Amino acid sequence: MNSLDFSIILQAWPYLWSGLLFSLALTAVASIIGLILGTCFALVQHFEVPVVSQIVRGYIAVMRSIPLILVLFWFFFLVPIVLGHLSGNGRPIPIGATYTAFITFGLFEAAYYSEIIRVGLRAVNKGQFEACQALSLSTFDTYRNVILPQVFRVASPIILSQTIILFQDTSLVYVLSLTDLLGAASKLAQLNGRLVEMYLAVAVVYLVISSAASQFVASLRKRYALAGVHR
Amino acid sequence: MFGVLFEQTADGQRYIDWLLSGLGWTLALAFFGWWIAFAVGVVVGIGRTVRNRFFAALARMYVEIFRNIPVLVQMFLWYFVLPEILPDTLGNAIKQIPPPWGSFFPALLCLGLYTAARIAEQVRAGIEALPKGQAEAANALGLGGYLTYRYIIIPQALRLIVPSLTSEVMGIYKNTSVALTIGLMELTAQARQISEVTFQTFTAFGAATLIYLALALIAYQSMMLIDKAVHIPGTAHARDIADQELTAEVQQDGVVPDAMEVVK
Repeated sequence: MNSLDFSIILQAWPYLWSGLLFSLALTAVASIIGLILGTCFALVQHFEVPVVSQIVRGYIAVMRSIPLILVLFWFFFLVPIVLGHLSGNGRPIPIGATYTAFITFGLFEAAYYSEIIRVGLRAVNKGQFEACQALSLSTFDTYRNVILPQVFRVASPIILSQTIILFQDTSLVYVLSLTDLLGAASKLAQLNGRLVEMYLAVAVVYLVISSAASQFVASLRKRYALAGVHR
Repeated sequence: MFGVLFEQTADGQRYIDWLLSGLGWTLALAFFGWWIAFAVGVVVGIGRTVRNRFFAALARMYVEIFRNIPVLVQMFLWYFVLPEILPDTLGNAIKQIPPPWGSFFPALLCLGLYTAARIAEQVRAGIEALPKGQAEAANALGLGGYLTYRYIIIPQALRLIVPSLTSEVMGIYKNTSVALTIGLMELTAQARQISEVTFQTFTAFGAATLIYLALALIAYQSMMLIDKAVHIPGTAHARDIADQELTAEVQQDGVVPDAMEVVK
Protein backbone atom coordinates (compact mmCIF):
# COMPACT_ATOMS: atom_id res chain seq x y z
CA MET A 1 0.00 0.00 0.00
CA ASN A 2 1.53 3.28 -1.12
CA SER A 3 1.17 6.26 1.15
CA LEU A 4 -1.63 8.54 0.08
CA ASP A 5 -0.80 12.10 -0.88
CA PHE A 6 -3.83 14.32 -1.08
CA SER A 7 -1.81 17.46 -1.83
CA ILE A 8 -1.93 16.17 -5.40
CA ILE A 9 -5.63 17.06 -5.40
CA LEU A 10 -4.83 20.69 -4.66
CA GLN A 11 -2.47 20.85 -7.62
CA ALA A 12 -5.02 19.14 -9.83
CA TRP A 13 -7.90 21.27 -8.61
CA PRO A 14 -8.08 23.84 -11.46
CA TYR A 15 -8.41 21.03 -14.01
CA LEU A 16 -10.92 19.10 -11.89
CA TRP A 17 -12.85 22.34 -11.39
CA SER A 18 -13.17 22.88 -15.13
CA GLY A 19 -14.38 19.29 -15.39
CA LEU A 20 -16.95 19.90 -12.66
CA LEU A 21 -18.15 23.03 -14.47
CA PHE A 22 -18.69 20.95 -17.60
CA SER A 23 -20.68 18.37 -15.59
CA LEU A 24 -22.84 21.14 -14.16
CA ALA A 25 -23.30 22.82 -17.55
CA LEU A 26 -24.28 19.49 -19.09
CA THR A 27 -26.78 18.92 -16.27
CA ALA A 28 -28.25 22.42 -16.70
CA VAL A 29 -28.56 22.32 -20.48
CA ALA A 30 -29.84 18.75 -20.56
CA SER A 31 -32.45 19.45 -17.89
CA ILE A 32 -33.70 22.52 -19.75
CA ILE A 33 -33.91 20.69 -23.08
CA GLY A 34 -35.39 17.70 -21.29
CA LEU A 35 -38.03 19.72 -19.47
CA ILE A 36 -39.18 21.62 -22.54
CA LEU A 37 -39.27 18.52 -24.71
CA GLY A 38 -40.67 16.39 -21.90
CA THR A 39 -43.52 18.85 -21.40
CA CYS A 40 -44.29 18.66 -25.12
CA PHE A 41 -44.22 14.85 -24.96
CA ALA A 42 -46.53 14.85 -21.95
CA LEU A 43 -48.97 17.25 -23.63
CA VAL A 44 -49.00 15.19 -26.82
CA GLN A 45 -49.99 12.17 -24.75
CA HIS A 46 -52.42 14.19 -22.68
CA PHE A 47 -54.28 15.38 -25.79
CA GLU A 48 -53.94 11.91 -27.32
CA VAL A 49 -52.78 13.40 -30.62
CA PRO A 50 -53.18 10.54 -33.10
CA VAL A 51 -50.01 8.83 -34.40
CA VAL A 52 -47.70 11.34 -32.68
CA SER A 53 -48.71 10.19 -29.21
CA GLN A 54 -48.06 6.54 -30.14
CA ILE A 55 -44.64 7.45 -31.48
CA VAL A 56 -43.87 9.43 -28.32
CA ARG A 57 -45.02 6.55 -26.13
CA GLY A 58 -42.79 4.13 -28.05
CA TYR A 59 -39.85 6.51 -27.79
CA ILE A 60 -40.29 6.82 -24.04
CA ALA A 61 -40.61 3.06 -23.58
CA VAL A 62 -37.39 2.42 -25.53
CA MET A 63 -35.46 5.16 -23.71
CA ARG A 64 -36.50 3.77 -20.37
CA SER A 65 -35.63 0.18 -21.29
CA ILE A 66 -32.12 0.49 -22.67
CA PRO A 67 -28.97 1.56 -20.80
CA LEU A 68 -27.89 5.18 -21.04
CA ILE A 69 -24.48 4.11 -22.35
CA LEU A 70 -26.12 2.41 -25.32
CA VAL A 71 -28.20 5.56 -25.88
CA LEU A 72 -24.97 7.58 -25.89
CA PHE A 73 -23.45 5.24 -28.49
CA TRP A 74 -26.62 5.41 -30.59
CA PHE A 75 -26.72 9.21 -30.64
CA PHE A 76 -23.01 9.53 -31.14
CA PHE A 77 -23.54 7.52 -34.31
CA LEU A 78 -26.93 8.89 -35.39
CA VAL A 79 -26.80 12.63 -34.67
CA PRO A 80 -24.27 13.48 -37.42
CA ILE A 81 -26.22 11.39 -39.95
CA VAL A 82 -29.56 12.98 -39.03
CA LEU A 83 -28.06 16.47 -39.12
CA GLY A 84 -26.60 15.69 -42.54
CA HIS A 85 -30.02 14.72 -43.82
CA LEU A 86 -31.59 17.81 -42.31
CA SER A 87 -29.03 20.10 -43.90
CA GLY A 88 -29.91 18.63 -47.28
CA ASN A 89 -26.62 17.48 -48.70
CA GLY A 90 -27.00 14.07 -47.07
CA ARG A 91 -23.44 13.82 -45.87
CA PRO A 92 -22.94 13.26 -42.12
CA ILE A 93 -22.00 16.42 -40.20
CA PRO A 94 -19.62 15.65 -37.33
CA ILE A 95 -20.45 18.03 -34.49
CA GLY A 96 -18.12 16.64 -31.88
CA ALA A 97 -18.64 14.68 -28.71
CA THR A 98 -19.51 17.72 -26.59
CA TYR A 99 -22.57 18.79 -28.55
CA THR A 100 -23.60 15.17 -28.98
CA ALA A 101 -23.56 14.79 -25.20
CA PHE A 102 -25.77 17.87 -24.73
CA ILE A 103 -28.28 16.64 -27.31
CA THR A 104 -28.26 13.04 -26.07
CA PHE A 105 -28.79 13.84 -22.42
CA GLY A 106 -31.52 16.34 -23.30
CA LEU A 107 -33.40 13.84 -25.45
CA PHE A 108 -32.85 11.01 -22.96
CA GLU A 109 -34.02 12.98 -19.95
CA ALA A 110 -37.07 14.21 -21.88
CA ALA A 111 -38.43 10.67 -21.60
CA TYR A 112 -38.14 10.69 -17.82
CA TYR A 113 -39.39 14.25 -17.28
CA SER A 114 -42.37 13.65 -19.53
CA GLU A 115 -43.49 10.72 -17.36
CA ILE A 116 -43.40 12.97 -14.30
CA ILE A 117 -45.31 15.76 -16.02
CA ARG A 118 -47.82 13.37 -17.58
CA VAL A 119 -48.77 12.07 -14.15
CA GLY A 120 -48.76 15.60 -12.78
CA LEU A 121 -51.24 16.61 -15.48
CA ARG A 122 -53.53 13.79 -14.47
CA ALA A 123 -53.36 14.85 -10.83
CA VAL A 124 -54.78 18.30 -11.59
CA ASN A 125 -58.39 18.52 -10.43
CA LYS A 126 -61.03 18.48 -13.17
CA GLY A 127 -62.57 21.61 -11.69
CA GLN A 128 -59.55 23.58 -12.87
CA PHE A 129 -60.31 22.71 -16.49
CA GLU A 130 -64.00 23.41 -16.01
CA ALA A 131 -63.29 26.76 -14.40
CA CYS A 132 -61.09 27.72 -17.36
CA GLN A 133 -63.86 26.77 -19.73
CA ALA A 134 -66.33 28.81 -17.72
CA LEU A 135 -63.98 31.78 -18.04
CA SER A 136 -63.79 30.98 -21.78
CA LEU A 137 -60.00 30.81 -21.75
CA SER A 138 -58.51 29.36 -24.90
CA THR A 139 -56.87 25.93 -24.66
CA PHE A 140 -53.47 27.58 -24.93
CA ASP A 141 -54.20 30.03 -22.12
CA THR A 142 -55.67 27.27 -19.98
CA TYR A 143 -52.50 25.22 -20.12
CA ARG A 144 -50.04 28.09 -20.23
CA ASN A 145 -51.46 30.09 -17.33
CA VAL A 146 -53.52 27.71 -15.21
CA ILE A 147 -52.67 24.02 -15.58
CA LEU A 148 -48.94 23.85 -16.29
CA PRO A 149 -47.87 26.26 -13.52
CA GLN A 150 -49.68 24.05 -11.01
CA VAL A 151 -48.16 20.89 -12.48
CA PHE A 152 -44.65 22.31 -12.29
CA ARG A 153 -45.12 23.56 -8.76
CA VAL A 154 -46.54 20.31 -7.53
CA ALA A 155 -44.04 18.12 -9.37
CA SER A 156 -41.00 20.26 -8.63
CA PRO A 157 -39.56 18.00 -5.88
CA ILE A 158 -39.74 14.96 -8.18
CA ILE A 159 -38.35 16.96 -11.11
CA LEU A 160 -35.45 18.08 -8.92
CA SER A 161 -34.79 14.52 -7.70
CA GLN A 162 -34.65 13.41 -11.32
CA THR A 163 -32.21 16.24 -12.04
CA ILE A 164 -29.92 15.00 -9.26
CA ILE A 165 -29.96 11.57 -10.90
CA LEU A 166 -29.18 13.30 -14.19
CA PHE A 167 -26.20 15.04 -12.59
CA GLN A 168 -24.84 11.67 -11.48
CA ASP A 169 -25.56 10.14 -14.89
CA THR A 170 -23.55 12.82 -16.67
CA SER A 171 -20.46 10.97 -15.41
CA LEU A 172 -21.21 8.41 -18.13
CA VAL A 173 -19.89 10.83 -20.79
CA TYR A 174 -16.64 9.15 -19.74
CA VAL A 175 -17.38 6.61 -22.49
CA LEU A 176 -17.22 9.46 -25.03
CA SER A 177 -13.81 10.52 -23.59
CA LEU A 178 -15.17 13.90 -22.58
CA THR A 179 -13.60 15.91 -19.79
CA ASP A 180 -16.30 16.10 -17.17
CA LEU A 181 -15.38 15.82 -13.50
CA LEU A 182 -14.71 12.09 -13.71
CA GLY A 183 -13.10 12.40 -17.14
CA ALA A 184 -10.72 15.08 -15.84
CA ALA A 185 -9.79 12.93 -12.86
CA SER A 186 -9.18 9.85 -14.98
CA LYS A 187 -7.03 11.77 -17.47
CA LEU A 188 -4.91 13.18 -14.64
CA ALA A 189 -4.75 9.78 -12.97
CA GLN A 190 -3.31 8.29 -16.14
CA LEU A 191 -0.65 11.02 -16.20
CA ASN A 192 0.44 11.01 -12.58
CA GLY A 193 -0.54 7.50 -11.56
CA ARG A 194 -2.48 8.78 -8.54
CA LEU A 195 -5.63 6.77 -9.20
CA VAL A 196 -6.58 6.36 -5.56
CA GLU A 197 -6.47 10.02 -4.58
CA MET A 198 -8.14 11.18 -7.81
CA TYR A 199 -11.09 8.80 -7.73
CA LEU A 200 -11.63 9.25 -3.99
CA ALA A 201 -11.67 13.03 -4.44
CA VAL A 202 -14.18 12.75 -7.28
CA ALA A 203 -16.38 10.45 -5.19
CA VAL A 204 -16.36 12.97 -2.34
CA VAL A 205 -17.26 15.88 -4.64
CA TYR A 206 -20.20 13.95 -6.12
CA LEU A 207 -21.27 12.82 -2.66
CA VAL A 208 -21.24 16.35 -1.24
CA ILE A 209 -23.08 17.95 -4.14
CA SER A 210 -25.71 15.21 -4.47
CA SER A 211 -26.37 14.97 -0.72
CA ALA A 212 -26.68 18.74 -0.39
CA ALA A 213 -29.08 18.83 -3.32
CA SER A 214 -31.09 15.92 -1.88
CA GLN A 215 -31.33 17.71 1.46
CA PHE A 216 -32.60 20.80 -0.34
CA VAL A 217 -35.24 18.76 -2.17
CA ALA A 218 -36.30 17.13 1.10
CA SER A 219 -36.73 20.52 2.76
CA LEU A 220 -38.70 21.74 -0.25
CA ARG A 221 -40.93 18.70 0.06
CA LYS A 222 -41.54 19.39 3.73
CA ARG A 223 -42.35 23.04 3.12
CA TYR A 224 -44.88 22.23 0.45
CA ALA A 225 -46.43 19.49 2.57
CA LEU A 226 -46.80 21.91 5.47
CA ALA A 227 -48.31 24.57 3.28
CA GLY A 228 -50.87 21.97 2.26
CA VAL A 229 -51.72 21.12 5.85
CA HIS A 230 -52.26 24.72 6.88
CA ARG A 231 -54.74 25.47 4.15
CA MET B 1 -30.40 -6.28 -42.04
CA PHE B 2 -29.21 -8.66 -39.35
CA GLY B 3 -27.48 -10.91 -41.88
CA VAL B 4 -24.06 -9.64 -40.91
CA LEU B 5 -24.54 -11.08 -37.43
CA PHE B 6 -24.22 -14.59 -38.88
CA GLU B 7 -20.99 -13.93 -40.72
CA GLN B 8 -17.69 -15.36 -39.53
CA THR B 9 -15.52 -13.29 -37.22
CA ALA B 10 -11.74 -13.27 -37.21
CA ASP B 11 -11.70 -15.70 -34.28
CA GLY B 12 -13.84 -18.26 -36.12
CA GLN B 13 -17.09 -17.52 -34.32
CA ARG B 14 -20.08 -15.66 -35.65
CA TYR B 15 -20.88 -12.10 -34.57
CA ILE B 16 -24.07 -13.30 -32.98
CA ASP B 17 -21.97 -15.49 -30.67
CA TRP B 18 -20.24 -12.32 -29.46
CA LEU B 19 -23.61 -10.79 -28.71
CA LEU B 20 -24.82 -13.90 -26.92
CA SER B 21 -21.70 -14.10 -24.80
CA GLY B 22 -22.23 -10.43 -23.93
CA LEU B 23 -25.82 -11.22 -23.04
CA GLY B 24 -24.55 -14.00 -20.78
CA TRP B 25 -22.34 -11.61 -18.82
CA THR B 26 -25.13 -9.06 -18.61
CA LEU B 27 -27.54 -11.65 -17.25
CA ALA B 28 -25.01 -13.07 -14.81
CA LEU B 29 -24.24 -9.61 -13.45
CA ALA B 30 -27.89 -8.64 -13.16
CA PHE B 31 -28.97 -11.96 -11.62
CA PHE B 32 -26.27 -12.40 -8.98
CA GLY B 33 -26.07 -8.66 -8.38
CA TRP B 34 -29.79 -8.65 -7.67
CA TRP B 35 -29.49 -11.22 -4.88
CA ILE B 36 -26.63 -9.32 -3.24
CA ALA B 37 -28.69 -6.14 -3.55
CA PHE B 38 -31.78 -7.80 -2.15
CA ALA B 39 -30.03 -9.35 0.84
CA VAL B 40 -28.09 -6.22 1.77
CA GLY B 41 -31.03 -3.95 0.92
CA VAL B 42 -33.43 -5.74 3.23
CA VAL B 43 -30.95 -5.63 6.13
CA VAL B 44 -30.17 -1.94 5.59
CA GLY B 45 -33.85 -1.12 5.07
CA ILE B 46 -34.69 -2.75 8.41
CA GLY B 47 -31.79 -0.84 9.95
CA ARG B 48 -33.42 2.41 8.80
CA THR B 49 -36.51 1.64 10.88
CA VAL B 50 -35.11 0.21 14.14
CA ARG B 51 -35.11 2.29 17.30
CA ASN B 52 -31.42 1.70 18.04
CA ARG B 53 -29.81 5.04 17.12
CA PHE B 54 -26.48 3.51 16.19
CA PHE B 55 -27.87 1.04 13.67
CA ALA B 56 -30.30 3.59 12.27
CA ALA B 57 -27.46 6.08 11.71
CA LEU B 58 -25.26 3.39 10.16
CA ALA B 59 -28.03 2.35 7.76
CA ARG B 60 -28.73 5.96 6.86
CA MET B 61 -25.08 6.57 6.15
CA TYR B 62 -24.96 3.51 3.90
CA VAL B 63 -27.91 4.74 1.87
CA GLU B 64 -26.58 8.30 1.61
CA ILE B 65 -23.13 7.20 0.45
CA PHE B 66 -24.22 4.60 -2.07
CA ARG B 67 -27.04 6.64 -3.50
CA ASN B 68 -25.17 9.92 -3.91
CA ILE B 69 -22.09 8.69 -5.75
CA PRO B 70 -22.57 7.92 -9.46
CA VAL B 71 -22.51 4.21 -10.20
CA LEU B 72 -19.63 4.70 -12.65
CA VAL B 73 -17.49 6.33 -9.94
CA GLN B 74 -18.34 3.48 -7.59
CA MET B 75 -17.30 1.05 -10.31
CA PHE B 76 -13.87 2.74 -10.46
CA LEU B 77 -13.59 2.73 -6.68
CA TRP B 78 -14.10 -1.04 -6.56
CA TYR B 79 -11.93 -1.79 -9.56
CA PHE B 80 -9.03 0.67 -9.32
CA VAL B 81 -8.99 1.98 -5.77
CA LEU B 82 -9.88 -1.03 -3.59
CA PRO B 83 -6.84 -3.19 -4.51
CA GLU B 84 -4.57 -0.19 -3.83
CA ILE B 85 -5.81 0.62 -0.35
CA LEU B 86 -5.94 -2.99 0.83
CA PRO B 87 -2.79 -4.50 2.36
CA ASP B 88 -0.24 -5.30 -0.36
CA THR B 89 -0.60 -9.10 -0.40
CA LEU B 90 -4.39 -9.00 -0.61
CA GLY B 91 -4.36 -6.13 -3.13
CA ASN B 92 -1.93 -7.95 -5.36
CA ALA B 93 -3.94 -11.14 -5.10
CA ILE B 94 -6.99 -9.22 -6.33
CA LYS B 95 -5.04 -7.74 -9.24
CA GLN B 96 -3.92 -11.26 -10.25
CA ILE B 97 -7.48 -12.47 -10.90
CA PRO B 98 -7.57 -13.42 -14.60
CA PRO B 99 -9.35 -11.12 -17.10
CA PRO B 100 -13.08 -11.67 -17.28
CA TRP B 101 -13.37 -12.42 -13.56
CA GLY B 102 -11.05 -9.59 -12.61
CA SER B 103 -13.67 -7.11 -13.81
CA PHE B 104 -16.72 -9.28 -13.17
CA PHE B 105 -16.33 -9.45 -9.39
CA PRO B 106 -15.79 -5.71 -8.81
CA ALA B 107 -18.73 -4.99 -11.12
CA LEU B 108 -20.88 -7.52 -9.28
CA LEU B 109 -20.01 -6.01 -5.90
CA CYS B 110 -20.52 -2.50 -7.20
CA LEU B 111 -23.93 -3.11 -8.75
CA GLY B 112 -25.10 -5.22 -5.82
CA LEU B 113 -24.19 -2.69 -3.15
CA TYR B 114 -25.37 0.30 -5.23
CA THR B 115 -28.77 -1.26 -5.91
CA ALA B 116 -28.97 -2.36 -2.26
CA ALA B 117 -29.14 1.28 -1.18
CA ARG B 118 -32.10 1.85 -3.47
CA ILE B 119 -33.84 -1.35 -2.33
CA ALA B 120 -33.23 -0.36 1.29
CA GLU B 121 -35.27 2.81 0.73
CA GLN B 122 -38.11 0.77 -0.75
CA VAL B 123 -38.01 -1.68 2.17
CA ARG B 124 -38.10 1.21 4.60
CA ALA B 125 -41.07 2.73 2.78
CA GLY B 126 -42.80 -0.66 2.88
CA ILE B 127 -42.23 -1.04 6.61
CA GLU B 128 -43.41 2.51 7.30
CA ALA B 129 -46.51 1.97 5.19
CA LEU B 130 -47.71 -0.80 7.51
CA PRO B 131 -50.22 0.28 10.14
CA LYS B 132 -48.68 0.73 13.59
CA GLY B 133 -51.26 -1.68 14.95
CA GLN B 134 -49.35 -4.57 13.36
CA ALA B 135 -46.28 -4.04 15.54
CA GLU B 136 -48.41 -3.20 18.57
CA ALA B 137 -50.52 -6.33 18.18
CA ALA B 138 -47.34 -8.38 17.87
CA ASN B 139 -46.03 -6.82 21.06
CA ALA B 140 -49.33 -7.47 22.81
CA LEU B 141 -48.99 -11.14 21.86
CA GLY B 142 -45.61 -11.15 23.57
CA LEU B 143 -43.40 -11.20 20.47
CA GLY B 144 -40.05 -9.49 20.95
CA GLY B 145 -38.43 -7.11 18.51
CA TYR B 146 -36.76 -9.82 16.43
CA LEU B 147 -39.81 -12.07 16.17
CA THR B 148 -42.05 -9.10 15.33
CA TYR B 149 -39.83 -8.17 12.41
CA ARG B 150 -39.27 -11.77 11.36
CA TYR B 151 -42.90 -12.95 11.32
CA ILE B 152 -45.08 -9.83 11.16
CA ILE B 153 -43.35 -6.80 9.65
CA ILE B 154 -40.92 -8.13 7.03
CA PRO B 155 -43.25 -10.61 5.29
CA GLN B 156 -45.92 -7.96 4.85
CA ALA B 157 -43.53 -5.16 3.90
CA LEU B 158 -41.84 -7.29 1.23
CA ARG B 159 -45.17 -8.24 -0.30
CA LEU B 160 -46.16 -4.59 -0.37
CA ILE B 161 -43.08 -3.39 -2.22
CA VAL B 162 -42.98 -5.92 -5.08
CA PRO B 163 -44.43 -3.33 -7.48
CA SER B 164 -41.83 -0.69 -6.66
CA LEU B 165 -39.04 -3.28 -6.84
CA THR B 166 -39.90 -3.69 -10.53
CA SER B 167 -38.11 -0.45 -11.35
CA GLU B 168 -35.06 -1.60 -9.37
CA VAL B 169 -34.93 -4.84 -11.38
CA MET B 170 -35.04 -2.78 -14.56
CA GLY B 171 -32.42 -0.47 -13.07
CA ILE B 172 -29.90 -3.20 -12.28
CA TYR B 173 -29.95 -4.83 -15.71
CA LYS B 174 -29.52 -1.43 -17.37
CA ASN B 175 -26.66 -0.52 -15.04
CA THR B 176 -24.78 -3.70 -15.98
CA SER B 177 -23.64 -1.79 -19.08
CA VAL B 178 -21.51 0.44 -16.84
CA ALA B 179 -19.25 -2.59 -16.33
CA LEU B 180 -17.89 -2.05 -19.85
CA THR B 181 -15.85 0.85 -18.49
CA ILE B 182 -13.75 -1.59 -16.46
CA GLY B 183 -13.36 -3.94 -19.41
CA LEU B 184 -16.13 -6.46 -18.98
CA MET B 185 -17.38 -7.51 -22.43
CA GLU B 186 -21.09 -7.41 -21.66
CA LEU B 187 -23.86 -6.82 -24.19
CA THR B 188 -23.28 -3.12 -24.91
CA ALA B 189 -19.52 -3.61 -25.16
CA GLN B 190 -19.98 -6.49 -27.61
CA ALA B 191 -22.35 -4.40 -29.71
CA ARG B 192 -19.77 -1.64 -29.86
CA GLN B 193 -17.05 -4.12 -30.78
CA ILE B 194 -19.14 -5.57 -33.61
CA SER B 195 -19.86 -2.08 -34.88
CA GLU B 196 -16.16 -1.23 -34.82
CA VAL B 197 -15.13 -4.40 -36.66
CA THR B 198 -17.90 -4.56 -39.27
CA PHE B 199 -18.90 -0.85 -39.53
CA GLN B 200 -22.49 -2.13 -39.40
CA THR B 201 -23.31 0.20 -36.51
CA PHE B 202 -27.02 0.20 -37.16
CA THR B 203 -27.26 -3.58 -37.07
CA ALA B 204 -25.01 -4.01 -34.04
CA PHE B 205 -26.72 -1.42 -31.85
CA GLY B 206 -30.14 -2.39 -33.21
CA ALA B 207 -29.65 -6.01 -32.16
CA ALA B 208 -28.46 -4.97 -28.70
CA THR B 209 -31.42 -2.60 -28.33
CA LEU B 210 -33.86 -5.37 -29.25
CA ILE B 211 -32.27 -7.70 -26.70
CA TYR B 212 -32.47 -5.05 -23.97
CA LEU B 213 -36.12 -4.40 -24.86
CA ALA B 214 -36.86 -8.11 -24.60
CA LEU B 215 -35.11 -8.23 -21.22
CA ALA B 216 -37.16 -5.27 -20.01
CA LEU B 217 -40.35 -7.00 -21.09
CA ILE B 218 -39.36 -10.25 -19.38
CA ALA B 219 -38.35 -8.45 -16.19
CA TYR B 220 -41.59 -6.51 -16.14
CA GLN B 221 -43.79 -9.53 -16.82
CA SER B 222 -42.08 -11.70 -14.22
CA MET B 223 -42.45 -9.00 -11.59
CA MET B 224 -46.16 -8.85 -12.49
CA LEU B 225 -46.40 -12.61 -11.96
CA ILE B 226 -44.60 -12.39 -8.63
CA ASP B 227 -46.85 -9.55 -7.59
CA LYS B 228 -49.92 -11.57 -8.53
CA ALA B 229 -48.68 -14.49 -6.45
CA VAL B 230 -47.83 -12.59 -3.27
CA HIS B 231 -50.22 -9.65 -3.56
CA ILE B 232 -51.93 -8.56 -0.33
CA PRO B 233 -55.66 -8.22 -1.09
CA GLY B 234 -56.90 -4.67 -0.88
CA THR B 235 -53.61 -2.98 -1.81
CA ALA B 236 -52.71 -1.59 -5.20
CA HIS B 237 -51.52 -3.91 -7.99
CA ALA B 238 -48.13 -3.50 -9.62
CA ARG B 239 -49.77 -2.61 -12.90
CA ASP B 240 -51.25 0.55 -11.46
CA ILE B 241 -48.64 1.38 -8.91
CA ALA B 242 -46.07 3.29 -10.98
CA ASP B 243 -48.54 6.01 -11.77
CA GLN B 244 -50.16 5.89 -8.39
CA GLU B 245 -46.89 6.34 -6.60
CA LEU B 246 -46.17 9.48 -8.53
CA THR B 247 -49.71 10.73 -8.15
CA ALA B 248 -49.67 10.08 -4.43
CA GLU B 249 -46.41 11.93 -4.14
CA VAL B 250 -47.74 14.81 -6.18
CA GLN B 251 -50.84 15.09 -4.04
CA GLN B 252 -48.95 14.73 -0.80
CA ASP B 253 -46.37 17.30 -1.59
CA GLY B 254 -48.44 19.80 -3.44
CA VAL B 255 -50.45 22.68 -2.17
CA VAL B 256 -52.78 22.38 -5.10
CA PRO B 257 -55.00 19.42 -4.20
CA ASP B 258 -55.65 20.82 -0.75
CA ALA B 259 -56.31 24.26 -2.11
CA MET B 260 -58.86 22.62 -4.35
CA GLU B 261 -60.80 21.37 -1.34
CA VAL B 262 -61.51 25.01 -0.56
CA VAL B 263 -62.81 25.54 -4.07
CA LYS B 264 -65.25 22.69 -3.67
